[in-house]
Amino acid sequence: MNVEEDKKVIVEIKGVNKIYGSNHVVKDLDLTVYEGEFLTLLGSSGCGKTTTLRMVAGFEEPSSGIIRVEGEDIQNKEPFERDVNTVFQSYALFPHMTIYDNVAYGLKMKKVKKAKIKEKVMNMLELVQLGGFERRYPSQLSGGQKQRVAIARALINQPKVLLLDEPLGALDLKLRKQMQLELKRLQRKLNITFIYVTHDQEEALTMSDRICIMNEGVLQQVGTPVDIYESPQTKFVATFIGETNLFEGSVLEKQGDKMRIVVEPGDFKVRGGGFNHGDMVAVSVRPERMLYSESPVEGFGLMGIVKEQVYVGSVLKTIVVLSNGNEIKIERLAGQELPTGGQVYLYWNDGDAKLIHTFDNVFAQAVENIVMK
Amino acid sequence: MKKISKHTFRSNTLPAMTTVGPVSLWLLFFVAIPLLYVLVMSFCSLDESYNVVFKFTAENYARLMDPNYIQIYTTSILVAFFTTVLCIIIGYPFSFLIARTKWKHKALLYMMVIIPFWTNSLIRIYGWRTFLGTGGWLNHMLLMLHITSEPVEFLFNKGTTVLGMVYCLFPFMVLPLYTAIEKLDSTLLEASSDLGAKGSVTFRKIILPLTMSGVFSGSIMVFIPCLGYFFVSDILGGGNSDVIGNLIERQFQSGNNWPLGAALSIILILITLLLVKIYQKLGGDMDSLGV
Ligand SMILES: Nc1ncnc2c1ncn2[C@@H]1O[C@H](COP(=O)(O)OP(=O)(O)OP(=O)(O)O)[C@@H](O)[C@H]1O
Ligand SMILES: [Mg+2]
Repeated sequence: MNVEEDKKVIVEIKGVNKIYGSNHVVKDLDLTVYEGEFLTLLGSSGCGKTTTLRMVAGFEEPSSGIIRVEGEDIQNKEPFERDVNTVFQSYALFPHMTIYDNVAYGLKMKKVKKAKIKEKVMNMLELVQLGGFERRYPSQLSGGQKQRVAIARALINQPKVLLLDEPLGALDLKLRKQMQLELKRLQRKLNITFIYVTHDQEEALTMSDRICIMNEGVLQQVGTPVDIYESPQTKFVATFIGETNLFEGSVLEKQGDKMRIVVEPGDFKVRGGGFNHGDMVAVSVRPERMLYSESPVEGFGLMGIVKEQVYVGSVLKTIVVLSNGNEIKIERLAGQELPTGGQVYLYWNDGDAKLIHTFDNVFAQAVENIVMK
Repeated sequence: MKKISKHTFRSNTLPAMTTVGPVSLWLLFFVAIPLLYVLVMSFCSLDESYNVVFKFTAENYARLMDPNYIQIYTTSILVAFFTTVLCIIIGYPFSFLIARTKWKHKALLYMMVIIPFWTNSLIRIYGWRTFLGTGGWLNHMLLMLHITSEPVEFLFNKGTTVLGMVYCLFPFMVLPLYTAIEKLDSTLLEASSDLGAKGSVTFRKIILPLTMSGVFSGSIMVFIPCLGYFFVSDILGGGNSDVIGNLIERQFQSGNNWPLGAALSIILILITLLLVKIYQKLGGDMDSLGV
């Protein structure tokens, strides 16, 4: 967090809401984007990612709240007055213009001199590896090439912020991987802030400096990929990113930072601050951190039956069924196989369990339900 | 206006015959033969009692250069030109509005343009005559409001003919324009704005070029009938703004000179073909003409 504080803020979204009729699409969004970073908005379909991006671009107006770019409120600025550019998912290349004219469009609007435009366009096309394509029309390009033109066209104005709405969504997997690397390379090279929308978590984890996870219009967590994966702050984040095992229960005993937590199928001891006796808690343990033993383990009262074991590549995946029917996923590098139907005791190392407050979420939900009704 | 892919029936000609056959027959009897008839007729001559005789002559074509006729061609082209321009000027914003309104009943707006044109156009043109005539509604109103002291003659000039033509042919402009504007991808407009273009620039650089095909087909569909809609200039123009159609009609009716009428018709057909050729050369799409 300290590192971020010395960085310059470039986009600031404060208390932004977007309501379409009775559909509350973006709820009280607060988000700060720093100069030169690659920030990804990640969330399932319909959670409001595109809407957020469109509000920054100026195609939609927030129902309430403020958006600032470099400290300046942009509410009254038309899209053409904003120093941000967009790469559209559908490319949105102008079909009646050549690649050259498409890329030159932004510069022509700025009334840049012809010779200068030519130089810049050629450089930009070179940069996106499309040298020699300038006389072609969009219909004569492949999907990946169109995507590059769209990126070149948006980058040529050297915007302060580049907004990308699932720019690779229409590409096949291989091309997508390749374009991910290229985009990242471009972003580093040009040092332009990217706000990138995707619903592909792998894409988000590999490309982003920070990820902002949204669910149903509510920002869940913002952090580095490692942060998000290792310390999810909401149940949604824990289950949305990667696989996890979630135990929901409450704090039964507390001594210093040691707590005993009861869950439906048993109980266990964990370390963790910030909880009080009786608090509702969700405990997330990633499959690769989950351990099992054939004899009871001190501090853990979780017992289950081995349901299934399969090798997936070099990884042995085990599914253990708890007494309440919940299935626990365990992954470990190849080791001794357990007999199916055998009894095992689950445990994990200190620090591998992530504690998440759930009371607040339930409470907030309840309040919202009441207010909405 | 879907494009029908051009199939080639190489292996199986029988099914091809059954599908293409009736259409070919239809075309043969209702297009090719009548056309041939008109063509032959245009080279025939008249005897003393104005009967058509099959005696070859090119005189009908020579008479087409008559200065009086050239005057009518000029008027005709002027009327068609102004009608087309007016249809574009009114039709474009109009089509734009109904094609891009966010209102969910936009089909209704569209129908409101089309439905009146299901009634006979002759009747509607007469409607204009009663409305604009010296004893008509408009003059009644003007007199009642003391704007004028005597009835004004609105009718019987080129202006009223153009008005009638615009009124009759307007939907033919709106149809292709609406289609072209409707299918314009709105993200292109957003992209243009995003790249720094003001609304007027986006209109000039993106919207207009991408809907030009609609303007072209609309123009063709208005200009060509305009040359032939004789009843409009008859009723509203009162002989002061005859179009080629009037000339042709007169040869077949009062003039009783069918060969000359046929020659004029052939010329009109040639003009039409020429315009369509130009349209194609400009990159026009034949499908959007509905042919
Ligand atoms: N113009 C609009 N009018 C009404 N509702 C809208 C409009 N645009 C978006 N919505 C609604 O807002 C919600 C969020 O839409 P948005 O496009 O932001 O989702 P998203 O997160 O980008 O999803 P996806 O991953 O599928 O693209 C959806 O429920 C959508 O139906
Ligand atoms: Mg979206």
